[in-house]
This record gives sequence, structure tokens and C-alpha cells, in this order.
Amino acid sequence: MAGGNIDAALDAATRKYLSATGIADLKRLSAGASQETWSFDAPTADGLQELILRRAPGGVPESRSTAIGQVREARLIQICHNHGVKAPNVRYVLQPEDGLGVGFVMDRVAGETLAPRVLRDDLYADARTKMAGQCGEAAASIHDVPMDELDFLEEITPQQQWQNTWNAYEKYFLDWSPSPVFDYALRWLKERVPARDRVTLVHGDFRNGNIIWGPEGLRTILDWEIAHFGDPMEDLAWICINSWRFGSIDKPVGGFGRREDMFEGYEKVSGIKVDPERVKFWEIFGSLRWGITCRSMAFTHLTGHDRSVERPAIGRRSSECEADLMILLGRN
Amino acid sequence: MRPDRPTADEMLEAVEEFLRDKVMPAVTGHLNFHARVAANVIASVRREIGQSPDIEQDQRGRLMALLGHDGEWEALNRELCEDIRAGRNSLDDPALLEHLRQVAVENLGVDNPKYSAYARLKG
Repeated sequence: MAGGNIDAALDAATRKYLSATGIADLKRLSAGASQETWSFDAPTADGLQELILRRAPGGVPESRSTAIGQVREARLIQICHNHGVKAPNVRYVLQPEDGLGVGFVMDRVAGETLAPRVLRDDLYADARTKMAGQCGEAAASIHDVPMDELDFLEEITPQQQWQNTWNAYEKYFLDWSPSPVFDYALRWLKERVPARDRVTLVHGDFRNGNIIWGPEGLRTILDWEIAHFGDPMEDLAWICINSWRFGSIDKPVGGFGRREDMFEGYEKVSGIKVDPERVKFWEIFGSLRWGITCRSMAFTHLTGHDRSVERPAIGRRSSECEADLMILLGRN
Repeated sequence: MRPDRPTADEMLEAVEEFLRDKVMPAVTGHLNFHARVAANVIASVRREIGQSPDIEQDQRGRLMALLGHDGEWEALNRELCEDIRAGRNSLDDPALLEHLRQVAVENLGVDNPKYSAYARLKG
């Protein structure tokens, strides 16, 4: 089904699954490369339901190898929600006969995801003093979800993470132009890959931009599509990489807080002491991985799969990660 | 580069101004966003054209010093990358680290000098 004309099918599905009397106010929120997000309301006997539809672009399932797919994502989010993780409440999963493709509908949580507003608006001034600790607490709750309920997820060991990143570097850099900074970072990391130790559910994209904030702080964590089993410290590091600080370079956690406060929140909920050196490994790894991902977007453009002015522009953002890496790895 | 007027930079400047001053105010949503991206791309290409000759000369000089022989910029850069990958140089070598710091500054100075790490790393 085409991207635009989903009104009637979504109306029928929402009547069927939620006993709604119809839908209203359907709006496309984002044109993400891997997911479409739509906002809509549905009146029911229990009152007006405020909802979000997440589905594959144009309703066609994605092929990104690292993503778990919308159906498993919906299951994961619901299991996390049931265990008290700040994840959305899934209301129904699309079935083939709904004619909407692959995706699911969840409750819409009010609040702000745009990082620059969260970092600068007065409305969030009070929340900003607590956000780092809340992120630590939220990460601990993710890492505590029982893994036996998540048997549809796969483990990525630290060694495999390094290997996957090397493979991507080989594909997107070596055939074109290598980056001495990325080669340096790859070797630095290779010599320090941590041993497989504690393995938990890892969100995988836990960062400012994928969190809904209110004036009281963290409300909901979004975008679970690259969740996996792995080293839980990946999540504490990813939210710290400079790309997600949105200019506030001296506030490592999401541009709003201190690592120490996040670690304290994490330790309070999990009872597990954070090893800052392990987090630093994953922060350097994360900067490198994001830099390579940027180049891969230019690759998609240059090989003609999906041409746009945005993709080559993002490709050049790999040099932001080169600079971040040299701050992390250098002597200054 | 041809010595004619308008120069390549003056032509690109006209396109950048057109995107920022005419297109962006006239459109909203995704088209506005992409017009901004396009203007930023033009700006970075202008910086690249302006800075590339100096960067190439500087990098080539540093690479020759690090590798101990002459060569073209691209080939020397590739050789350094291969040396790093193969473990032929020490990761603690201050000259190597200083070269990489300068490469990162040079690349980001072209691509996005407004990014927060630029001022920090440039020192």
C-alpha cells in the first residue's frame, strides 16, 4: 500500500482491535529512513485514545540486517512495558489482512523528543538537573528484563560488535578512501575488546532524541529496533557520544548531565557497580560506529538506491566522529 | 581553477544565497529542511575548494615525515592506514597522534566547523 493513503485501512483496523468508533487527526510525524511514524486519535467507549502507528516505510518490511523488524519490536516493547520499563504500551500489531503492511499501534505519550528544546527551553530547566540519574535508572530497568522472555533476540558479543564494525569499515571506506583516524580507532579498540561478561537486554539506540521528556524528566524510551543481547554498558556509553550532546560538549550524558550522576542512578536500581573504563571503550566504539554509519548513508546515495541531498551530506558527518575520536583517544 | 570572473566560488556563493534567501523562506517542512541541507552542502564545498590546496600540501609533508619517503598524497595516506592496521607503528607515537589530530581538524574544518568538537580539538 502506498505511503499516503492509509486512512480507511487504519480506521477499519482500529475499529476492529480497539472497538473504536473511527479515527481522527491522522498526521505523519516523521519520515525516518527505517520507520514511518503516524499520530492519530480514536474515540472509544473508554474515551479518546491517543495513538501512534509505527510501520515499515510504505508498509513494506525493512531489510536492515541489524534491525529486529516491527513485529518483534512490538513484542519487545510490550514485554519491557509489562516489566515496568518506561516503554510505550502497545495496543495492537498489524496483521496482513489489515492491508497496512508491517507495524504496530501504541499509546501516544505526550512530551518532547527534540533534543535542542529539551536542552535549552526553560520548561525543562528543573528536569535537566535530574535527567542523567533518570537515564541511569531507566537503563538499569532495561537490563533487568528477564532474557528468557526475549528468546527472539540475538546476542552480539563485544568481539562480534568489533567485527561487524570492521566489516562496515571495509565496505564503506577501504574501497573508496580509508580514514587514518578510523583505522587508528579500530586498532585501539581491537586491542581492548572487553571479555564477554554480564549479558543483558541492550536497547542499542538509547540516546537523547529517542526519549520522550516532560517537565518532570524521562517519560518514555522509543526506537527499540536494534535491541539485542549484549554488554549492558553499550547503552550507558551510546547516550554519551558527542553526536548526541547537540552542542553541549561539556555535559556528556545527552548534553544535559554528568556521567557520575547516570552511574549513580544505574547503581541505585541495579546494585551493580559501573566500570567507567568499560563505558569509555563503548563510547569510543560508538563514535566510530556512528562515523561509519554516516558514510554508509552516502554509499546508499552514491550507489543509486535512494538518492537525496541529505544522504551525501550525512556522509561527510563522519568527520565529526573523527574529531570526537581524537578528543577521546588523543593526549589533549 | 580558471582565473575567470565569476569564479567557481562566486558561482557557488550565488547558489548558496539563492537557497538560503529565496528557496528556504518560500517552502516549509521537508522541502525547507532539504533546502537548508543543500545550502550547507554548497558552503562546505566552497570551504573545500578554498582549503584543499593548503591541506594537501600540509598533509603530504607530514605523511612524508611519518613514512620516511616521498609520494602522492592519496598513496601516502593509504600507506599510513595500512601501517596502522597491520600494527607496524606504535599507537603511542606522538607524531602519529599529532598528525591524526590535524587530519581530524582539517576534515571537520571543511565539513562542519560549527560542530562542538572543532574548537576543542583545534585548540
